[in-house]
Amino acid sequence: MANSLTGRKEFDESLLRIEQNLLKLGSLAEEAIAGAIWALQKQDDALALKVIEGDDVLDDLTQEINEQALMMIARFQPVALDLRTISSILHMSTDLERIGDLGSGVAKVARKIFHEPLIKPLIDIPRMGERIREMIDAALKAFMNRDCALAREVCAMDDEVDDLDRQIFRELLMLMMQNPRNIEQATHLILISRNLERAGDHVTNLCEHIVYMTTGTFIKAGDFRRPHEGKNE
Amino acid sequence: MEKDKFSVRDLDLFYGSNHALKKINLQVPERSVTALIGPSGCGKSSFLRCLNRMNDFIPGCSVTGRVELDGSDIYDAGTDLIHLRRRVGMVFQRPNPFPMSIFDNVAYGPRLHGDRDRNTLRDIVEESLRVSALWNEVRDILHSPALALSGGQQQRLCIARAVAVQPEVLLMDEPTSALDPMATARIEELVRELRTRYTVVIVTHNMQQAARISDTTDFFLSGEMVESGPTQQMFTSPRDKRTEDYITGRFG
Repeated sequence: MANSLTGRKEFDESLLRIEQNLLKLGSLAEEAIAGAIWALQKQDDALALKVIEGDDVLDDLTQEINEQALMMIARFQPVALDLRTISSILHMSTDLERIGDLGSGVAKVARKIFHEPLIKPLIDIPRMGERIREMIDAALKAFMNRDCALAREVCAMDDEVDDLDRQIFRELLMLMMQNPRNIEQATHLILISRNLERAGDHVTNLCEHIVYMTTGTFIKAGDFRRPHEGKNE
Repeated sequence: MEKDKFSVRDLDLFYGSNHALKKINLQVPERSVTALIGPSGCGKSSFLRCLNRMNDFIPGCSVTGRVELDGSDIYDAGTDLIHLRRRVGMVFQRPNPFPMSIFDNVAYGPRLHGDRDRNTLRDIVEESLRVSALWNEVRDILHSPALALSGGQQQRLCIARAVAVQPEVLLMDEPTSALDPMATARIEELVRELRTRYTVVIVTHNMQQAARISDTTDFFLSGEMVESGPTQQMFTSPRDKRTEDYITGRFG
């Protein structure tokens, strides 16, 4: 970057704007997940539709962030921390946009089972949704405070999301074996659980970018999680 | 494979009582481009001038420590300065062609070193102008005054003049700071090509230029060498906070 104070000030102002947009995108992604789960629990079709339609807003905002980032690269030719920050923001906006997509995916699947009573009370799926919200929240906080320790903790939180996904799978498998009429709805619920599990993975990606941005070293989220128990599960 | 052309150890430089370079230790890899960056007055040009003892001309200047070129200390009493400066050529901030023809500018060094044969000189001039990517522009006007060339052409002529004595190292002190963007791009391209034959050490205030053309970057601050590393790493993840602050424009 040009070594002038005015350039620095302008860069910092642009950075602030793009960071605010990223936070906004983060809270929209969080809302998409929470809204989809709420719609599922309450069998609220209007809310599910709202989540699905809301995805366009996320897409537009992601596009805006990408344009801002490219403009900053073109105007300021950032290096070092500045460059890592812009590049991480570009990656993070993609991850958040995907989380939003997954939320809207949950809402779409949920709409397919609104016409029938639930085969079981929903406990673990809402719990998963809650964990993901907490993870996104903490990741955004880690981003704003450049807090690598918190980012690593968030990676570890994904273990619980994966556990819940496996538990849900086993439970629904059981219900399907008990009664083939459960198969359709159970399959949909498994899909929902899988969407949430994928959202958790995107949050760990966010954390990898936060650590890279802050320290310049690449980490793997898996290094901060408990050892894998075996891939056959 | 990668050998150090220069190896500098505990180099101190004083201008009178002013301690301008403090315990500099660094290596300059052979056949590559090394960029020296840092704010004005940080000592990077002083350091550059230590590499062919150009500081010897400055009254009150004293140097301690070792500057090894291919393993032997150039500050040894027995060093032949003419020979040293033939091996380590220099290009300055402002193009400074001699007030003579293009041909004579390039032939000046070889003549000084004893080359008198017309054909040999013609070959050297052509080859040097080709290396400095100026040949196609001046081949028909070799006997016109060098001062009639544009700034960018003059600077390439100075590079040709430096190259004509077949040096091993080229020192460049902000070679593009007086040039427009097109001429700058031309010189930068040339520097990238020169590194296949020469070891290039370049001082630049333009950090993007350092990022574009160098293989190694050394950051100087207040007479100290703060950080030295592969350019890619220096511009993505510098290790020292001061380097980070300087290259991102937080000070300087």
